[in-house]
Amino acid sequence: MERIPILRMGNYLLVTIQVDMHDKLALTLQDDLTNRISEVSAKGVLIDISSLEIVDSFIGRTLANIASMAKVLDAETVVVGMQPAVAITLVELGMSLPGIRTALNVESGMEYLRDAVANHEERDDFYGDSTED
Amino acid sequence: MSKLLSAIQQNQESVLNDWVQRLKTATRRRDLIGSRELEVEAAELLSAIVNVPPSTTLEDFNGAGWEPLKEMLANLSISRASLGFTPSETAVFVVSIKPSLFSLARQSAGGNTDEAFEEISVANEFVDKLALFTTDSYIHGRDQVITRQQEEMLELSTPVVTLWDGIVALPLIGTLDSARTQVVMESLLQAIVSTNSRFAIIDITGVPTVDTLVAQHLLKTITAARLMGAECILSGIRPQIAQTIVHLGINLEDVITKSKLSDAFRLALERSGRKVVRMEKTTESSLTNSRGI
Repeated sequence: MERIPILRMGNYLLVTIQVDMHDKLALTLQDDLTNRISEVSAKGVLIDISSLEIVDSFIGRTLANIASMAKVLDAETVVVGMQPAVAITLVELGMSLPGIRTALNVESGMEYLRDAVANHEERDDFYGDSTED
Repeated sequence: MSKLLSAIQQNQESVLNDWVQRLKTATRRRDLIGSRELEVEAAELLSAIVNVPPSTTLEDFNGAGWEPLKEMLANLSISRASLGFTPSETAVFVVSIKPSLFSLARQSAGGNTDEAFEEISVANEFVDKLALFTTDSYIHGRDQVITRQQEEMLELSTPVVTLWDGIVALPLIGTLDSARTQVVMESLLQAIVSTNSRFAIIDITGVPTVDTLVAQHLLKTITAARLMGAECILSGIRPQIAQTIVHLGINLEDVITKSKLSDAFRLALERSGRKVVRMEKTTESSLTNSRGI
């Protein structure tokens, strides 16, 4: 069966969608990704959709779902490299995807993830200290 | 071939001379076209009339034989349109051949008035059709000019400028309609991708009115930019426009708005971790001193 590869890089998971997404594939990705997040207790997920030319409302919703699920599993999600045409289509469909973090490219996406995870750990440390006192 | 047509063929030179003579008095726009050029065009047109296949008649203007002539006329009209001639001036060019043809028709009919009348009315109708055809072509040519200008204006009116590394700005000028907003949206998003910009400033100082449709388009553009990973700042909102936006009940709460482009630029610089500082005066004076020494 066709699968989208999920790469692990330290605390982060990288997903690069290189093929045309169809509904089944999106659902498989959702399953695989949630499994993988809990398996390696990933802190961040980066989804690169720069080679995706068509995004329909279902794929858009699935991306939003993946982000929410990752959040529940304590991982930040960032979607990078959305093409102008895709962005326009999604907006025309009335989907602004408010739950999704976006970045222009993989580089700035990783930067965002690092910052987000660092902030998170700082906060954890802070709470950890306060409970010890 | 009709009698008149063969008569024209035989007297091509005298008809041309007569026509050119009339053109020189009828064509008032000496500033736009020289008399030599006019003569060449008249000669070409006349030879196109004469050199039709033998079966072609003057009555049958839609016949295949007249196609080269029509093509020539269309090109002529379009070039006249771009030169700045009016439609009637273009038509006069063709119509002024009439008297020459009429006198030729009278001559070829000899003393027979009925035949002369017949020939003249045929020639009259033919030249009228030619004149109408030039007017049609003229309008077509003008339309093309207008369409091209519209496209150029659309391109010109939506320039995306890079303010800094990673910061682009789109100064909007003029009324925004759906077609323009679409171009605006596409060019901004394309510029974000090509310049890899994290921040985009949309400045609407030059936009006279903002209605619900325009606001909706702007919001769509901002949302699309956000989806791509860039942040949009809306600037240059004049007091009247702020009032209109509130009266119309448009929700701009999720959008960063600044009253001036400079404020928006400052914010973009700050958010991208940059700061503008004034150079100290002393450094400047020490520089001049050192140069003086």
